[in-house]
Amino acid sequence: MKSLLTLIVLLPLAGFMLNGILATRLGRNPLGPRFVSVVACALPMLSFVLTVLCFMQLQASGGTPLIEARYTWAEIGGQAFGIGFHFDRLSAVMTLIVTGVGSLIHLYSVGYMKGDDGYARYFAYLNLFLFFMLLLVLGRSLLVVFVGWEGVGLASYLLIGFWFDDPVKAAAGKKAFITNRIGDAGFLLGMFLLWGACGTLDIDPINKAFNSATPPAVSASLVGILLFIGACGKSAQIPLHVWLPDAMAGPTPVSALIHAATMVTGGVYLVARMSGVFDHAPEASQVVAVVGAATAFFAATIAIAQNDIKKVLAYSTVSQLGLMFVALGVGAYAVAIFHVVTHAFFKACLFLGSGSVIHALHGEQDIMKMGGLWKRIPITFVTFAIATAAIAGIPPLAGFFSKDEILWFAYASSRGGSPLLWLVASAASLMTAFYMFRLLWLTFFGTSRMDAETEHHVHESPLSMTGVLVILAVLSAAGGFIPLVHYLEPMLPLPAVPEPLHHLERTLVMIAVGVAFIGLLTAWWFFGGDAVRARRMAPALAPVHRVLAGKYFIDELYEAVLGRPLQWLSQRVFLQFGDRMLIDGTLHTLAGIARGTAAALGAVQGGSLHRYALFVVLGVVAAIAWSVRHA
Amino acid sequence: MDKAQFLIFVSLALFAIGLLGLIVRRNLLVMLMCMELMLNGVNLSLVTFAQRSGTVQGAVMVFLIFIVAASEIAIAIPIVLLLVRHRRTLDAGAYTELKG
Repeated sequence: MKSLLTLIVLLPLAGFMLNGILATRLGRNPLGPRFVSVVACALPMLSFVLTVLCFMQLQASGGTPLIEARYTWAEIGGQAFGIGFHFDRLSAVMTLIVTGVGSLIHLYSVGYMKGDDGYARYFAYLNLFLFFMLLLVLGRSLLVVFVGWEGVGLASYLLIGFWFDDPVKAAAGKKAFITNRIGDAGFLLGMFLLWGACGTLDIDPINKAFNSATPPAVSASLVGILLFIGACGKSAQIPLHVWLPDAMAGPTPVSALIHAATMVTGGVYLVARMSGVFDHAPEASQVVAVVGAATAFFAATIAIAQNDIKKVLAYSTVSQLGLMFVALGVGAYAVAIFHVVTHAFFKACLFLGSGSVIHALHGEQDIMKMGGLWKRIPITFVTFAIATAAIAGIPPLAGFFSKDEILWFAYASSRGGSPLLWLVASAASLMTAFYMFRLLWLTFFGTSRMDAETEHHVHESPLSMTGVLVILAVLSAAGGFIPLVHYLEPMLPLPAVPEPLHHLERTLVMIAVGVAFIGLLTAWWFFGGDAVRARRMAPALAPVHRVLAGKYFIDELYEAVLGRPLQWLSQRVFLQFGDRMLIDGTLHTLAGIARGTAAALGAVQGGSLHRYALFVVLGVVAAIAWSVRHA
Repeated sequence: MDKAQFLIFVSLALFAIGLLGLIVRRNLLVMLMCMELMLNGVNLSLVTFAQRSGTVQGAVMVFLIFIVAASEIAIAIPIVLLLVRHRRTLDAGAYTELKG
């Protein structure tokens, strides 16, 4: 089989075509939803199976990348831009996650989206997303990656604004799209620089060129920072993080697939993929680490004060992505990818669990109106609790292993690790544990704060949803035992750790575990029972709470600094001056001149006989005068 | 000033008065009369030049002009009469249906 990789990529596209073109025509036909579900779930699963086949092939060949050069897109000046796919250890891991978790979430969506008017449209978009994501992950050249990069942005926009008749949701889609554009500009510029310096956009040769004795004549740091700006947009890092929380307007499975498990980790993947560049760009790596740490910290503080179940998870995603960037910044690429994988498990589980809760409560998302749910929806509760413990870093669940390694390298890496980074990241972890258990308590424990009507209708979700939750919960529990870092090491070696620091490793692990439990206990102390202590403390903390609940007013700041001036500029300068005055004005003046001239000339032919006679005489006189003068 | 010169001036005056009347007056009949005046101004100059040069071409020309003027008036007066019957006015400004 020479074209397995192409098939992996194209199967979801086929699903998009079938569902997008055929199924949306079926309308109210009772066969429609069944056809849509089968097509939408079977094709990604087939992709997953093929990925496993490829993975085994990769193992059999001892890690030699599978390469499929498919098609020459364009040939310019002797340089060919090819569409090809590249399957090495790194893309193998990502493809497995994308198709695996992707298939699970498709399955879950069958139950969650049941009866929605846009059922076929939803699955068409979801398959389209998977196609572009696989293009991003498997692309051999940066150009193909960029096409996938833009494509997932498009799919994300379509799915955030899936219920587009609600203007708030449509606006959230636009916000995500526009914020991502800023990052994409950075990515593009980075690509231009690489093209100029290396003469190719294929990733492997670029990495090799930077690792060779004569590196390309371009500042690796500049390229690194530009690429990182792209990653910032996609992975919601400060200052481009504002779109992700709003992206929760989309259906919950979308939040799980795109805005937690796969797409937002695209930035992490890009940096890991371009590790050759970042290895030689200490400044850029430092920027990555610092931005990551800042994002992890600030997003975690915001998450503490949110009351919308999905918003909490969204900020926690931003915070976890920040931790991944810390790992990237200190050169521990494999560790970052490890966290991508475990995070995909537990965050998908959390989001789908929250979806199950929302489903049970008929759309209620405010955790202040929940409580006491653990008896009513036990499967959701158990899976949610396992995933919560996993993200909080309680051993031996998945999150503990990956997070612990990130913290260790943040402290000890010889490539930019420092106690300060470790401290900030640990503080973020502490808050993660705190707000996740707060969420757990407010949602599932205590007495019910639901109104009677909702309470009466609470029900456990169908098997297609709970089954997926159980699988993901098992993965979040056991995912930490996958020897992923070790598997990736031949490709992405870990940074060296200075000898004197080795003895600290055990201590740091202890501290990390301690931090997780402290978070748990404080959350329990505050919110245990009926959150009596939290309520008693509330007045004293009101100002802090206002700042956090307002997300540091960054949206308002952007609105004031960017939004309003831009609007003013568009309204006054571009619309009123440029469009109305300059362009319309010019045309109106020209038209006015024509009209005036026409009126003047029209008056000559006014139908007055006398005037005609006068003109004739004047003409004759002029003719005679002229002929006399030139006689 | 000899006689010929005087006659030329008279013919010029006739032509100019006719032209002025044509431009200024609005009465259709008066305009027709003014046109006759102009024609006759020309006739006078033709006769004068013919006499001075001792040839007859000028006098022949005058007869031809008489014939043209007579036929022109013979057509123009009925047209004016018909117009007046239609609109009850002699004002040239009232008949502007053909203007573009």
